[in-house]
Amino acid sequence: MLLITCPHCGPRAELEFAYAGEAHIARPTDPMALDDESWARFLYHRANPKGLHAERWRHLHGCAQFFNVVRDTVSDSIVTTYPAGQPRPALPGDDKGATR
Amino acid sequence: MSGFRHSTAGRVDRNKPVRFSFDGKTYQGFAGDTLASALLANGVHLVGRSFKYHRPRGIVTAGSDEPNALVGIGADEAHYAPNMRATQVEIYDGLVAESQNRWPSLGFDVGAVNETFAPFLSAGFYYKTFMWPPKAWAKLYEPLIRRAAGLGRAPTQADADRYTQVYAHCDVLVVGSGPAGLAAALAAATTGGKVFVCDEQSEMGGSLLAETTATIDGLSARDWVARALADLAARPNVTLMPRTTAFGWYPHNFLGLCERITDHMAKADPKLPRERLWQIRAKEVVLATGALERPLVFPDNDRPGVMMAEAARIYANRFGVKPGDKAVIFTACDSAYRAALDLMAAGVAIATIADLRAAPCGPWIDRVRSAGIAIRAGTVVTGTTGRLRIDSVSLATVGIDGNPGSSENIACDLLLMSGGFTPSVHLFSQSRGKLVYDEALQAYLPGISVERERSAGACRGIYDLDKVLSNGAASGTGAAKAAGFAAADTITFSTTADSVGTDGFIGVTPFGGPSSKARAWIDFQNDVTAKDVRLAIREGFRSIEHVKRYTTTGMATDQGKTSNMNALGLVSETLKVPVPQVGLTTFRPPYTPTTFGIFAGQSRGDMFDPLRKTPIHDWAAEQGAAFEDISLWKRAHYFPKRGEDIHAAVARECKATRGAVGIFDASTLGKIEVVGKDAAEFMNRMYTNAWTKLEPGRLRYGVMLREDGFVMDDGVVGRMATDRFHITTTTGGAPRVLSMMEDYLQTEWPGLDVWLTSTTEEWAVIAVQGPLARKVLEPLVEGIDLSREAMPHMSVREGRICGVPTRLFRVSFTGELGFEVNVPAGYGRAVWEAIFAAGQPHGMTPYGTETMHVLRAEKGFIIVGQETDGTVTPDDAGLGWAIGKAKKDFVGKRSLARPAMTASDRKQLVGLLTVDSKTVLEEGAQIVADPAQPIPMTMIGHVTSSYWSATLDRSIALALVRGGRARVGTRLSVPMPSGPITVEVVEPIFYDAKGARLDA
Repeated sequence: MLLITCPHCGPRAELEFAYAGEAHIARPTDPMALDDESWARFLYHRANPKGLHAERWRHLHGCAQFFNVVRDTVSDSIVTTYPAGQPRPALPGDDKGATR
Repeated sequence: MSGFRHSTAGRVDRNKPVRFSFDGKTYQGFAGDTLASALLANGVHLVGRSFKYHRPRGIVTAGSDEPNALVGIGADEAHYAPNMRATQVEIYDGLVAESQNRWPSLGFDVGAVNETFAPFLSAGFYYKTFMWPPKAWAKLYEPLIRRAAGLGRAPTQADADRYTQVYAHCDVLVVGSGPAGLAAALAAATTGGKVFVCDEQSEMGGSLLAETTATIDGLSARDWVARALADLAARPNVTLMPRTTAFGWYPHNFLGLCERITDHMAKADPKLPRERLWQIRAKEVVLATGALERPLVFPDNDRPGVMMAEAARIYANRFGVKPGDKAVIFTACDSAYRAALDLMAAGVAIATIADLRAAPCGPWIDRVRSAGIAIRAGTVVTGTTGRLRIDSVSLATVGIDGNPGSSENIACDLLLMSGGFTPSVHLFSQSRGKLVYDEALQAYLPGISVERERSAGACRGIYDLDKVLSNGAASGTGAAKAAGFAAADTITFSTTADSVGTDGFIGVTPFGGPSSKARAWIDFQNDVTAKDVRLAIREGFRSIEHVKRYTTTGMATDQGKTSNMNALGLVSETLKVPVPQVGLTTFRPPYTPTTFGIFAGQSRGDMFDPLRKTPIHDWAAEQGAAFEDISLWKRAHYFPKRGEDIHAAVARECKATRGAVGIFDASTLGKIEVVGKDAAEFMNRMYTNAWTKLEPGRLRYGVMLREDGFVMDDGVVGRMATDRFHITTTTGGAPRVLSMMEDYLQTEWPGLDVWLTSTTEEWAVIAVQGPLARKVLEPLVEGIDLSREAMPHMSVREGRICGVPTRLFRVSFTGELGFEVNVPAGYGRAVWEAIFAAGQPHGMTPYGTETMHVLRAEKGFIIVGQETDGTVTPDDAGLGWAIGKAKKDFVGKRSLARPAMTASDRKQLVGLLTVDSKTVLEEGAQIVADPAQPIPMTMIGHVTSSYWSATLDRSIALALVRGGRARVGTRLSVPMPSGPITVEVVEPIFYDAKGARLDA
């Protein structure tokens, strides 16, 4: 069972949380302006990296807040957590850091 | 010495004799005995029959790695546990044990006829034999295999024992309490950190419990153990956990431990649980899990009386048991020589030691030689004899060509074997640590760690006592330091113990070359021989993962503890590739078989799942309602009167509601309060409908989509004020609707001033439906004008009913004039009873969910999850009218514009009328255009709802049919096993199409 540090409540056991998919996929401000392919990409395309993955979790049985986690999919270790809305932090060896 | 029990040796308590039974016969042992040691003390070696060939099998080991001695334990079925390892079962007065996989008796087993068929039961025989014809699977092969396979039998009664679960945190968890574990625990404990020490055995001390010559700090090994345990037990920061197996490693240093609490007690306190699941989050873990002795693979190495050398030493030294009178020892390492001396001291005659090595030498060999025991170097066992117990061994010297010469036969009743030791890296591997093969040790050792752990002692290939202790202490200090606790001083130990070296052997001993017909067992528990593994390789299997699954080696309940390395060695030798290239099968939890009981814990029976009841539940129960489960809710399904079945009751409830008035408990509806100055804007974005112009006091049916455009939920929404909405959702959908709303609110539109609150359990909802509904309610309300003009269909008023504040909805899910009375849940039953009493003069009838379903289907109202399945758009479901066309955006809107979502041949909601009006279709039944077409038919839709309509005196159904709206007026077919049913496609509304009744 993962030990997840909620940015608002501190380290808690995984069973207090719900996974909520890849992070930093912002809903387009004007969806109707997108062509079908761009919309399909937003809707369905997700990264499946071997290594660091920015993902959303919700502290469902705690503060109920959504927040972001960078997890190493190889080791299942959690590198960092940060509130929703903040950019992915720059991390050593992570070329996707500091992007929204 | 009496029989096979030494008069003084060992740790059993001779003042406490214990009587137990095995296969109906009563035996005596002593407190401190395991079932295995007590049986051996009674001269019993034969304890089971093998899995496939029903070969007689005896006790091989003295620990949890035991492959053969599996027994059923329990005096009655409610306390019966199969497949218990006799080597771990502690005896107590009245223990009842039985052998397994034999009939009619252990000594004479009919299943042993399988031996005759052995040539047909080779590797992969399941896959080869049981292939054809396919129909034989269900009727013949599967029952046959099910009966033959499986060692134990399931008890016939439910488990009467209780199991508990606890969570715990610690700074350092030490797994194993042998020399490495104790040293680690002592070192970590002195730092002040919170230390847990667990061990699967009843006594802590591990290998030191069977040590008779070595000393530590001037004490005998056993006295040192006692001192160390007393030291640890006296420290408030240390928890000692004997009888506790660390069976699984889960991410982030989370370990599962099973503590056996009452299994060893004759009369347990009924308040105690049988077992306790510990779920421990440890900052640091020290793995001191030791090493397992490897068997040697030679012909007929599975007879009762063939035993691991170290196990025999443990029985002699720890239990004072003599496992035989005359032993032959077959070894590839020095430790068996140490065992030979200890057994000799215990009164066992050692006939000879056959050593696989060409020139064994060292202090232990010298000692054995001076004790007068004959040593045969470069010698193998070429066979054994004896039906239910070994009675002779054939030995032969291996020649220069690598093959054995002529055999010599030696009589014996015990054959001890030792192929060296395999480090127990199970937990390390479970923690995703990388294993590295050590050529010199012929063993996989812990390499790079992934989690916060370190391995100490034999489980990392360190065997000499002084090194084990110092390595353990260093690991304990290091772990405590990593957990934030500084060590005071380095702990050191002075020891006297001779090294037994690190020699060993993996694979198959050279008893006769690869083409030998002899059967030499690699995996005792799954009955896999060297021949089987060689056959698998000949048939093209290369990866050890494939060899394992094809031959089933290492797949039994012992997970290959004694067999895996020998299988690897054989594959490596046969393929002529180094061991690391053969690969290694994955170690998975649990380390040893673990009861389902501890995983279930308290979640059994009534505690299996939470149960949700409405405030009106008890009233319905008192009225004799039949209930159904809707998600976690219990809902009144129907209210049968005396002698009524469900059909009669539902027909009566339907007629009463349409003809007069019905009352229905709708409290389970999900409810969410949406509040804030941006509430309407939020609603606009979440629902397909337009909300801006909805005036306070009005209701609207809302449809919610997922972003992919498919219907997710629906429900009636009341606008209570400009900044306040009362949302209702489906009964099962409330949590996911709230979660999706929160998601968008928190992460996409954090700027909106909106607050969401789940109010599902705040409100009781009493639906009063039927032409007389207004008449019933009018005298009960205060401050609300219920008249048609003042309170039209789809409006909401706040006021009081029966003196209680209410949000009174005028809404109908039945097609009749209807109201839904929302009152605070605590008043729910009182208001319900008041309304019911007031309704009696008008013929008010309570109805359940089944009648609710029928009435709504007559009106063509959909139920999300019944008419929709996650692939249905609003237009498919006939809800196109609920889409706010002028809205620029809402969740799912863009997806509705995709070409596939507007195709004309999508499945659309239609009504179906069977041509034979008495036939009720089956929900889920498939629909075809032409029932005469060949199978497989082209299916064009399915029945989503189907009922007998008492109102219409005929069957009705709703269905999703490809291009359905264009098919209205045509006939389709529903093929069923009894023949096709012809149906007419109609508009999905069967009653009061104009809606005059609900506007009444």
